[in-house]
Amino acid sequence: MDSTLIMQELKALIEKEIRLEWRQRYALNGMILYIVSTVFVCYMSFALKSKGMEPITWNTLFWIILLFTAVNSITKSFTQERAGRQLYYYTLASPQGIILSKIIYNIVLLLALSLIGLFIYIIFLGNPVQNLLMYLTAVVIGAIGFSSTLTMVAGIASKAENTSTLMAVLSFPIILPMLSMLIRLSKNAMDGLEWNTSYDEILILLAIDAIVITISYLLFPFLWRS
Amino acid sequence: MKKTWWKILCVVILLYTIIQGLGGIVPRQPILNETIRNVYFHVPLWFGMMALMTASMWFAIKYLRNGNIADDEYSVEFANVAIFFGILGFMTGSLWGQFTWGDWLPKDPKIIAVEVGLLIYSSYFILRSSFEDEQRRARLSAIYNIFAFATFIPLVWILPRLTDSLHPGNGGNPAFGKYDMDSAMRMVFYPAIIGFTLLGVWITSLRIRLRVIERLKL
Repeated sequence: MDSTLIMQELKALIEKEIRLEWRQRYALNGMILYIVSTVFVCYMSFALKSKGMEPITWNTLFWIILLFTAVNSITKSFTQERAGRQLYYYTLASPQGIILSKIIYNIVLLLALSLIGLFIYIIFLGNPVQNLLMYLTAVVIGAIGFSSTLTMVAGIASKAENTSTLMAVLSFPIILPMLSMLIRLSKNAMDGLEWNTSYDEILILLAIDAIVITISYLLFPFLWRS
Repeated sequence: MKKTWWKILCVVILLYTIIQGLGGIVPRQPILNETIRNVYFHVPLWFGMMALMTASMWFAIKYLRNGNIADDEYSVEFANVAIFFGILGFMTGSLWGQFTWGDWLPKDPKIIAVEVGLLIYSSYFILRSSFEDEQRRARLSAIYNIFAFATFIPLVWILPRLTDSLHPGNGGNPAFGKYDMDSAMRMVFYPAIIGFTLLGVWITSLRIRLRVIERLKL
């Protein structure tokens, strides 16, 4: 297959994902409300009683909220469509096209959710970040990494019956290295350190993202057959 | 005799390791003292675990390529014994940590990495147990096995080298090879790695045979 055809296929598939999401707007609104209410719960439990929180807690809490939002929003990417319809797509499109379109779509979705989340988080819990651009970089790289890892895991978990439990069990351990690097990078951003101190972290995170996407690309055809 | 030579080799090496490890002469190091002997047991267990995990992934790839259920059995049993070695390595390490760093479980990136690794492989078994169909279970767990291995490697090999670690060779601490181990120790250490890896393969092969017998009985 030549590359223009692949691009066309990808475009069509991503368009399909967006349409599907737009038709079920309650799910999207639900995700936004999920992140808003989680932030509000944190606000209630941390900021109201005591005098704010330590910067480290602020940072870690944000990433944990983001992780749970990601798991919740991506779990449905393989389960929202019925098996019959999935079979239909599979006869039309290549597995590589499907996994790439799902990954790209989930990246866009999670980016939107995490930026909204960060905005609300800053409004409620204050802004101790000194280098906001670097923090945003961390959020972008994190969203890419989370969604590519979780898309593949969602594909695996959707084949079993207890999808949501499996999703958490399977994804948390393999996301932990990424999460710890992200927390380090965003901590550097909070302390307002120079960019060149964080090149290592950024490079490793990008490398992990690349590994995950490549492996998903290679393995998904096997997942699709079952 | 053709197939047993490596088992004999394994027994000989391990006997040599135990005798040398408990009775051999080791260099005296300030904090390590006699606990340096643990390097013959603790470190080879980790090397053995890594080798077994690699083997497990290798058979997972092989299964995906040809769909032979025997390869899946190999993959599972290698993962099983890898976890067993991981737990043993964890225990010897914890014992060692108590007498050198003064804590059974210090906060150290390598220890965390290994805890995560054990979590990953435990969830691999949870995944396996949630499928009824043999082929389906084999395929999905093989996919997860490869995926998990690919994310576990950077965790163990790259992350500890970036952060401060109590382990030698990390975060500016000198590696064992450079200062602590003299050539006499290395004469025991390298064979010990081979010996423990062979032991792992041996245990795995026994478990696989047991599994095959059970499968054929059904």
